[in-house]
Amino acid sequence: MNIIVCIKQVPGTTDVKISEKTNTLVREGVESIINPFDVYAIEEAIRIKEKIGGKVTILSMGPPQAKEAIKEAIAMGADDGILLSDRAFAGSDTWATSYTLSMGIKKISAYDLIICGKQAIDGDTAQVGPGIAESLGLPFVAYVRKIEEIKEGYIRCERMMEEGYEAIEMSLPALITVVKEINEPRLPSLKGMMRAKKAEITAWTAQDLNAEPANIGLTGSPTQVVKIFSPPARPGGEMILGEIGEQAEKLVTRLRELKIV
Amino acid sequence: MSIRVIKDKCIGCKICIKSCPFGIITVDNKLAIIGDGCNLCGACVPACKFKAIVIEKEQKATQDYSAYRGIWVFAEQRKGKVEGVAYELLGEGRKLADKLQVPLSAVLIGDKVTEQAKELIAHGADKVYVYDDPILNNFQDDSYGEVFIKLVAEEKPEIILIGATSIGRSLAPKIAFRIRTGLTADCTGLEVDPLNRNLMQTRPAFGGNIMATIICPNYRPQIATVRHKVMKKAARDAGHKGEIIQKTFDFKSITIKTKVLNIVEEVAKTINIAEADIIVSGGRGLGAPENFKLVEELAQVLGGAVGSSRAAVDAGWMPYSHQVGQTGRTVCPKLYIACGISGAIQHLVGMQSSDVIIAINKDPQAPIFKVATFGIEGDVLQILPALTKQFKKVLGGDY
Repeated sequence: MNIIVCIKQVPGTTDVKISEKTNTLVREGVESIINPFDVYAIEEAIRIKEKIGGKVTILSMGPPQAKEAIKEAIAMGADDGILLSDRAFAGSDTWATSYTLSMGIKKISAYDLIICGKQAIDGDTAQVGPGIAESLGLPFVAYVRKIEEIKEGYIRCERMMEEGYEAIEMSLPALITVVKEINEPRLPSLKGMMRAKKAEITAWTAQDLNAEPANIGLTGSPTQVVKIFSPPARPGGEMILGEIGEQAEKLVTRLRELKIV
Repeated sequence: MSIRVIKDKCIGCKICIKSCPFGIITVDNKLAIIGDGCNLCGACVPACKFKAIVIEKEQKATQDYSAYRGIWVFAEQRKGKVEGVAYELLGEGRKLADKLQVPLSAVLIGDKVTEQAKELIAHGADKVYVYDDPILNNFQDDSYGEVFIKLVAEEKPEIILIGATSIGRSLAPKIAFRIRTGLTADCTGLEVDPLNRNLMQTRPAFGGNIMATIICPNYRPQIATVRHKVMKKAARDAGHKGEIIQKTFDFKSITIKTKVLNIVEEVAKTINIAEADIIVSGGRGLGAPENFKLVEELAQVLGGAVGSSRAAVDAGWMPYSHQVGQTGRTVCPKLYIACGISGAIQHLVGMQSSDVIIAINKDPQAPIFKVATFGIEGDVLQILPALTKQFKKVLGGDY
């Protein structure tokens, strides 16, 4: 089974602030990590490989330093990795990102299953996985919390829904996006880290992919960010003071006045 | 499309270095150099007082989108019943439609769902496109997606609103990718500019720490998924007139590669937090899992649901279905009582649009107090029983 896992390198925290001076994100001193949801995707791919054999290829799009994230995945047990890196990819929204990654997958050509994390913790869109599937004309299931059965040409899995789950089967090749309930990711082994250190990460540019210039980067992105800002603060509240019994009485009285209860 | 520094204008003042969120601009020999990894975010462009940094974007041949008119709402249904989020979209869609002076339509896909179209009309839909077919019994990305994509091609709406549910957030990217248009995820605010007809879509990113406003100026339709419980539901008006348009789709023309085998409901017997009017939530400040019973007692007296912070779920004190916040459910009750929850931003984004928020916490500096309507500083284990007692007293009844 040939499995491709799409990952993204993201800032190691979502605790970012907007500089009041420049109205842009302050990301100083924040280290980069593999998007946490993608770690579950890597783990699941390695588990499938351990169970039924095959190969796990990591695919990412990003600046040259994103190679580090791919190496981390190799340290966990992935076989090899490819980085799509080109200044022409800069400014991609989810449409252009889906297109670019799907072009990378087309170039890899041999695949049965593509696994993505459900969303990245910086953009929080959850759109790239389904976008890749559509671009490749593949069936997909988003929010997978369990793979029940996987064999040549077939997968049966559980999609997490608000009120429970759905059991779904589909033919392979296919794409799934996974949620954190799916597994408990392993830590890289010493042997894995040694292997990762030596691993050569293939880098492909827009030209290598034969990507249509009108479909990549800022030019290929239908959406544009026009403003970023800090969320508005709620107006200040009222502290209820006094002894405990008194506080309870005052609070309930205030709620009765507001006809909340 | 590229970014460049105009040599004659740059004086090497270094202001752009500070403006770069990614720290990749350097100044060498009094000239700014933009390093590898630039994602063209554009932050440095307005920061430069000398207009020395420019981003040049190849203009896409402007296509004529004047045929694209009207607002659409995806009327998500489960087990034949339209979900609450669809009525919220109708409420929001009505405002947009009135501003642009176009009709508001709903798209209803399912099996034995035609009856529901009348409800959609009563909630403001001027037209309802109905696909009623046993094949469409359960949501499936390929069947629902193909039906939707074909209808868009035929009818050409300018804006499509879809609930940001697990179904909506799976379906929308498929549609947007195929149609080759923009999609903005999980919006919490929508405005429309009547002149250029652009939808200004505001959404949280970075776990709610940042808000971003996004537009899709050169493509139509503009598609947004919209967070549940943020927009107000459309009011019901039985007198509102609308048209029901029955549509059919030839399923022989497509191959459906996925199949839903069964659907299992797992929600605990307690009230579903997403629909509750009153929620009493507990966090790590309760100290021990058994203290959740104090939260449950208060919820019971108030006829509300029990919520939980992520920390309490991660600690194994409460099941995930009770989790409120970024990675749990977004809730918007009339009353939210946060007990021993410090109020990490991930929690706040999931509950801060509640009408009234009460925070009980021993730490006066806890961020939860910043969003609270009423705050009580103190020991939650003592305050909860006192509150329960007081509510029992005034509400009466036999508990």
